[in-house]
Parts: sequence; C-alpha cells; structure tokens
Amino acid sequence: MEADKDQISNLALLGRLLVFAVAMFGFGFALVPLYDVFCDITGFGGRTNDEAAQVTYQRPDYSREIRVEFVTTVNSYAPWEFSANVDSMTVTPGKMYYATFTAENLAEADKIGQAVPSVVPIAASDHFKKIECFCFENQEFIAGQSRALPLQFIVDPDLPEYVDTITLQYTFFDTMRVSSNN
Amino acid sequence: MTTAVAGGHEAHDDHGPAKGLKRWLYATNHKDIGTMYLIFSLLMFFVGGAMALVVRSELMQPGLQFVHPEFFNQMTTMHALIMVFGAVMPAFVGLANWMIPMMIGAPDMALPRMNNWSFWILPVAFGLLLSTLFMPGGAPAGGWTMYPPLILQTGDAFPFLIFSVHLMGLSSIMGAINVIVTILNMRAPGMTLLKMPMFVWTWLITAYLLIAVMPVLAGAVTMLLTDQFFGTSFFLAAGGGDPVLFQHIFWFFGHPEVYIMILPAFGVVSEIIPTFSRKPLFGYDSMVYAASSIAFLSFIVWAHHMFTVGMPLSGQLFFMFATMLIAVPTGVKVFNWIATMWRGAMTFETPMLFALAFVFLFTIGGFSGLMLAIAPADVQYHDTYFVVAHFHYVLVPGSIFAIMAAGYYWLPKWTGNMYNETLGKWHFWLSTIFVNLTFFPMHFLGLAGMPRRIPDYGTQFADFNFWASIGAMGFGFSQILFVIVVWQCVRGGEKATDKVWERPIGLEWTLPSPAPYHSFTTPPNLEAKEAKA
Repeated sequence: MEADKDQISNLALLGRLLVFAVAMFGFGFALVPLYDVFCDITGFGGRTNDEAAQVTYQRPDYSREIRVEFVTTVNSYAPWEFSANVDSMTVTPGKMYYATFTAENLAEADKIGQAVPSVVPIAASDHFKKIECFCFENQEFIAGQSRALPLQFIVDPDLPEYVDTITLQYTFFDTMRVSSNN
Repeated sequence: MTTAVAGGHEAHDDHGPAKGLKRWLYATNHKDIGTMYLIFSLLMFFVGGAMALVVRSELMQPGLQFVHPEFFNQMTTMHALIMVFGAVMPAFVGLANWMIPMMIGAPDMALPRMNNWSFWILPVAFGLLLSTLFMPGGAPAGGWTMYPPLILQTGDAFPFLIFSVHLMGLSSIMGAINVIVTILNMRAPGMTLLKMPMFVWTWLITAYLLIAVMPVLAGAVTMLLTDQFFGTSFFLAAGGGDPVLFQHIFWFFGHPEVYIMILPAFGVVSEIIPTFSRKPLFGYDSMVYAASSIAFLSFIVWAHHMFTVGMPLSGQLFFMFATMLIAVPTGVKVFNWIATMWRGAMTFETPMLFALAFVFLFTIGGFSGLMLAIAPADVQYHDTYFVVAHFHYVLVPGSIFAIMAAGYYWLPKWTGNMYNETLGKWHFWLSTIFVNLTFFPMHFLGLAGMPRRIPDYGTQFADFNFWASIGAMGFGFSQILFVIVVWQCVRGGEKATDKVWERPIGLEWTLPSPAPYHSFTTPPNLEAKEAKA
C-alpha cells in the first residue's frame, strides 16, 4: 500500500527476519566461547589457569606476606572424601610452594574424579600461578583408594597491593555422574 | 502491495467467517486469531492465578499447612512460566492481532497463515508444560529462571519443560515477524512511521526485541538439554563449564523480556489517556524515542539480576549505572502521560481508571527497581520478597492492568456492545485495592529478610503474609467479574456507536462497531480522516 519504491516484499522481509532470528540463536551459542575468553582475560568467576603456568624466574618479594587459604568441597553427587592437608599457608610472592590434598574414593567401584579450582578475590585469580596441579587432569581412583594429590604454585609478585589473603577453592566432582540426574 | 496478502484468500472474502470449529482451526483472519489469543491468555491467567493461590494459601500462616515443599516449588515455577509466556505475552499478541491492522489501515496481518501457526503452537506448548504436573517427579520446581545445576535435577518433566519453552519461543518469533512485516509493509498511504499510533510503535519495537532474544533463550535451554542428555558440559563445572554462564545467557534474554512485557502496555496507556483527557498525546516524538532507548538499554543491563554471583567492581558499577539510566526514558514517558492529562477535560471510565492506576502503580514498581539497581543494596534485597514485590508491581498493576484497560477500551469496538460500566468500576476498584494489599506488604517482608521460593517462614513475618494472602484471594476472585463483564458484553447490551468514546483518535474508530470481519479492504485516505496528530 505504501508506495515506497525501496519497500521490499513481504516474503523478502520475512526471510531477512528469519535469518536474524537464526543468527540470534547462533549468538546464544557464541556467548559460550566469548564468556570463556572473557573469563580467561579478567579472571571473572575466579577462573585460574587450567594448564601448567610457565613461570620464568621471579625475584621473591620478601617485603610481603600473603596468606593462602585452601577450601575444599565435594559436589553433592560424588561419593568422595576430599580435604586439604593444611588449611592455610603463609607465602612470599615469587617463591615456589607445595601443598598436598587427600582424596578418597568411598564408592565400591572405580571412579574418575575431577577437581575444579576457583580463586577469590577476583583480582588475585590471574596472579595465582599453578605450576603443577592435580586439577589439570582427571584423577582415576580404584574402589576405596585414598591418595595424596599434589599442588605446586607461585604467587606473582605483581599481586595488587591491597590483596593480603588469597582463597583457593576446589570442588571435587565425580565425572562419571556429571550428566545423569540423581 | 495487497498481492502478498491476497493469493487464494480474497476469493471467498464475501462469505464472512466459516462455520463451526473450522473457523477457528483454520483461522487466518486477524480478528479471529486475536480473539483466540485473548481467550487463551485469559484461560492461562486463571490457571496461573490458581497456582498463585496455592502458594498464597500455604504462606498464609507460618509452618507447613497444605502442600509439600516440593509441590510448593512446582507451583511457584509453573505460576511464573504460565503467567509470563501464557498470559501476558499472548494477551499482547492478541491485542496486536486485533488492533494493528485496524490502526494502520491494513486489511489483515501480512502473513495470515503463519499467524494461524503461531497461535496454534501455544496450546500445544502449554499442554506439554501442564502435563508435567502428572508426571513422576512432578512439574519443574527449580524456578522459572531454570538455573543449572538445580534444574537438571528435574525428573521426567525436564525434556517437556525444554520443548515447551522451544515452542513458546517459536510462537513468539513467528508472531513478532508477522507484526514487523505488517507494520513495515501494510500501512495505509500517508501513514508515515512517525504518524503511527503509539501502540503500533511500541509493538514494532517489542517485536524486534522478541526476534533478538527469544532465540537466545532457545539456545540456552537447548544447552541445558544437551548437558542433561548428550554429555556436553556448557554449564557443568566438572566438565569445564560454568553454571554462571547460564545466568548470563538467560538474563541476556530475560531483561529484554521484561520490556517485551511492558512496552506494549506503554502503548495501550498512550492510546487511552489521550482519549479520556480529550487531548492528543503530549510529546509523541519523545515517546517514540524513549521507547526505542528503553529497548536499546535493555540489552546492556542484564547482569543487574546477578549482582551476587561475584562480579568485579567495575562490572557491578557498569551494570548499576546502565540500569539507572533506564529511569530517564521511562521518566520521560511517565511525565508525558501526566502532561497529556494536564488541563484535559478528563472523565473516568473503566479503561481510564485502569490506565491511571497503571501510571501510578507501575511507577512504584519502577522506583523499587531503582532501589534494586543499587549494587551494594541489592546484596541485601537479592532473592527476598522485595524482589517479588518489585516485579509483581510492574507486571500485575503494570502489564495486566494495561491489558485490562485495553480490554475495556476496545471491547465495544470488537463486540458492538457497551460493557457494563458499573461492574467494570467494581472490577477496577476491587482489583486495585486487593493488588496493593497483596504486594505492598511484600516490600516490608523483603526488607526484613524473608527469602523467595520458601514455603515456610519465621513467625515475625506472619502478619504481612496473612494480609498478602487475603489480598491475593480477593484479587483472584475479583477477576471473575472481568469474565462476567466480557461475557455480558459479547452477548449483548447497549449498542456502541462507531466512535464509542467522545473523542477517540485513530483509524479503528472510523470503522463500524462491531468491526466488520474484513476491514480496510481498500486503504483509507488519511488526509481526509487525519488519523494522528
């Protein structure tokens, strides 16, 4: 009715709007890798490195002491016992430290576990460098097995001034039951 | 232009509607489809309302009285899903179907067959959703926001929930595409974009929002589905996913969604207030720009729903200020409505009463929204009854009152009969009193720390909860009056004139009452009729 010369037909407009809708469906999925990149860059969500950090030698900063606290949680589905062997450590930025955790498979079957780390405060997440961590890969346990899990880390001396405590939290999951309900 | 609409349809035009069930099943007429949407939405309003009354009965007194906590959670979840997707959204689509072609001087919607599909998908979607009430494990109970990992513990109902959300999305997207094509392609000669009635404008913007975000919701629930059944780990931390990601994707949909439910209400109120103030809408252009700004801002504020997930300070500040910015265009609209009434020759028929209550009560909901936008304060308010009070204020005396107002305003045009003004006023006053009795005390409950979605509470919350439950019963049963009014009006009553009201503005009032089955088969001449200021 509108006698615009540049007006396009109903079907063409329908087509364009459908393409837009399909593109937005794709955009929803595109948010997944975008969020991943965003978290890696900002440490949003307490994200820390999930593969071994390559730390070149850094001169220790003896003027500061940082308290590193360990918190462990077992995901509610998982039949595990999981705890840190020490609750906290006082560390010097730039020096390498070791800590161990203990996990036990309480089930009567072989299990594969996975620990997922998270660091608070967010400002520290990029400065907590894990050199070696049991969370980098799946951990296989035979029925009833208990063993120590190693963590080797270094706190970056560039850690913002106002941070004096870093909390590292691990949640232990049973990977074999992740995608089944109850 | 008519060619696209015509094909195979014009041939039987003169016969009027088909007889019996086929008229509705095969409906392509915008008025028939609009009617079906409105009736469906009214039905869902009562289904969702009944669920709300189960919730309020349980909360009337502390302790567990009537239902199991699991069932209580099913009721809150289903109430929200049904009210959002089954009552409010279809009601606005129904109004769009009825009014947009009549307001822009078009013979019908641009894509009538798709229109039929977009309606008939809805009963299927809600059939699926409601059937979950009878399944092992019951209906979904993890909240309408469907946050994982909790929602993944839903029993057999889970895939039904996902597919019904897919279908609702499909229906909304098709409806929205239809609205856009109709508005862009089928306006009468001379009706430029900036001469369109406000209701048409707000719906055009809403339709774009729908196409932009409903597919994102579809994507999010698809990811839930594959996480549950196909071994992916989008939201499962053990597999490298992040449950917080779901909240981001959900609210990227969810925030525009709340404007999808309020923008058409703005449009309705912008039609009604000028009619009963006997003045043209004040600041028409600024209304258009305000609605567009609100739509744009809705895409960059989503994380204010999740201030407590542990966001960096910079993120909290951005989302806090962006959210507060929305108060500016919204304020423009509220002041424009007030300026429209200023020195107008006002009368207070039922539609005007609902529109006035909308302006006043929606603004209260807007203010509590501003309080929630303050990131440090939100830590206290988050997931309390303060949030419940806020969104019910914008949705019930907001969206629902606007839908009621639209019903009363256009019923005489639809049916050819005047509704019963006395009963209408009773309906208005009972609704307004009870809606405030229901939701106002919830502000205090929330500030005092009562959490959402919990079937029991400490005794210090007992009095306010008792009042809220009385209010909810009163509001619920008052709505039966609305059904009676509509029923009477459809059956008969005093004949309405073509203009119905004293000085209404818009093309729909140039048609006879009731509006003929086929209207504007030849486009109206706008210059002669001066449709819009």
